[in-house]
Amino acid sequence: MYYIGLVFEYLKNYMKTRLTYRADFWVEVISDLLMQASNLIFIFVVFGHTDSLGGWSESEVVFVYGFYMVPFGLFSCFVNLWNFSDRYIVKGEMDRILTRPAYNLFQIFLENIDPPGLLGSVIGILIMVVSGSQLDLDFTWWFIPVLILFTICAAMIYTGIYITLTSLSFYSDSPTGIIPLMYNIQNYGRYPVTIYNRAIQFLLTWILPFAFVGVYPASLFLGRDEMLHMAWLTPLMAVIFLTIGIVSWNVGVKKYRGAGS
Amino acid sequence: MLSAYTDFIRIRFLTMLAYRVNYYSGILIYMLNIGVYYFTWQAIYGGRGEIGGFTASQMTTYIAVSWMARAFYFNNLDREIANDIRDGSIAIQFIRPYNYLFVKMMQGFGEGLFRFSLFMIPGMLLALLLFPVRLPSDPIAWIGFLVMLFFSFLINSQLNILTGLMAFFVENNEGIMRMKRVIVDLFSGLVIPISLFPVWLGTIMQWLPFQAITYLPGSVFTGRTQGTGILDVFGIQVAWFVGLLIPIFLMWRAARKRLFVQGG
Repeated sequence: MYYIGLVFEYLKNYMKTRLTYRADFWVEVISDLLMQASNLIFIFVVFGHTDSLGGWSESEVVFVYGFYMVPFGLFSCFVNLWNFSDRYIVKGEMDRILTRPAYNLFQIFLENIDPPGLLGSVIGILIMVVSGSQLDLDFTWWFIPVLILFTICAAMIYTGIYITLTSLSFYSDSPTGIIPLMYNIQNYGRYPVTIYNRAIQFLLTWILPFAFVGVYPASLFLGRDEMLHMAWLTPLMAVIFLTIGIVSWNVGVKKYRGAGS
Repeated sequence: MLSAYTDFIRIRFLTMLAYRVNYYSGILIYMLNIGVYYFTWQAIYGGRGEIGGFTASQMTTYIAVSWMARAFYFNNLDREIANDIRDGSIAIQFIRPYNYLFVKMMQGFGEGLFRFSLFMIPGMLLALLLFPVRLPSDPIAWIGFLVMLFFSFLINSQLNILTGLMAFFVENNEGIMRMKRVIVDLFSGLVIPISLFPVWLGTIMQWLPFQAITYLPGSVFTGRTQGTGILDVFGIQVAWFVGLLIPIFLMWRAARKRLFVQGG
């Protein structure tokens, strides 16, 4: 209960700061959407010149991309560790966090909350509905609970990977570049992984499992049997990677001694 | 007086050199970006010969050289100018006996020289190892490409200056700067070569300055534009460079009149 109350307090604060520059707020939201749109434009342009991408039709690829947007929106709303090293380690704000009673990672999530990210999720769902109807997918009752389950699992995978990498900043002074690197690797997850070579497929499945935030879970709804067993592995991967993330975070916090000066 | 300006190039180059380690991961990021598009295009081509006038091998070269050109021409002049305006230090810049925008351009060029020698060249060598990139054999293509690359930098910096100066008028232009970045990447031909766009969209883009940043130099490098055709596309770049000076001049004049330092 205490934690839910905190969420609302932080949201209130967020609204107050963001609405100071109202026009800019909207331009930022639109530019984020435009970034997503440019990926979609890429898909549409490509399929203007071909019928299939490694055995996947246009509507299927668009559907996968729509699914990919849903957990990513959830993740970018609640988990934003982009500036962690700069803001919390170098500038020493971690000390302030640790003197407060709530769980430190939870506080950091809340301080960087970004609700406009959820708009991406909404658009992702719309894209899935539109491309799903083009594919004549049989909508059955279990789609909704499974979609919710897979969305949460995929967001857990993102969170796990990024917490693990961010906790490196407790050990090294400036692991600059690792987080931006990840944001680029995750781009590989928006397309069916089967178009990449074996080494990259292995990497995206087992080491940095970005295939589990896009194509694997989405293939269940598309009825692609060759990936069915991978789709059902999603919850297991989510538990494993989130556990790795939280454990390495807690170990890192224990080791944290402050930047000192 | 000129030596004062060239000093700005030197100082920025040395500053960048001090932080060169940060750019090693940058090279890796660019390789990943080239990789994702390389594999996607490979799957699209399958066994097919030509798409939008590109053969599969030209497409690989185009992707690699476009990203590596971006490694050179990219800079954060828009952010630097916006920060100067927002924190009020622009007032000091007005007093100093030089032209602020010209100084920014020089600093951008200093950064460009650093990026060219320590980011673009090593990156290109790595790309040659990792992907089947084919370098042009015609020396004229090399000369044409390098000259046009310099104009890519000029035009991109001009657009950055225009975006940065908007901070004079809207107080917080973070969103505009982000949007500019997305638009430049998409419409310059970095993500998709212009000739692949549907006809109506392609026509619109031929009347915008963005194609001069990536698409035109890329076509020279891949050998799709040859001979006197190189002069034609170079002419488009020069026209945009000269044309963009006008809005910069007008905006700069208007901006100086309405300078308002927040909390100054």
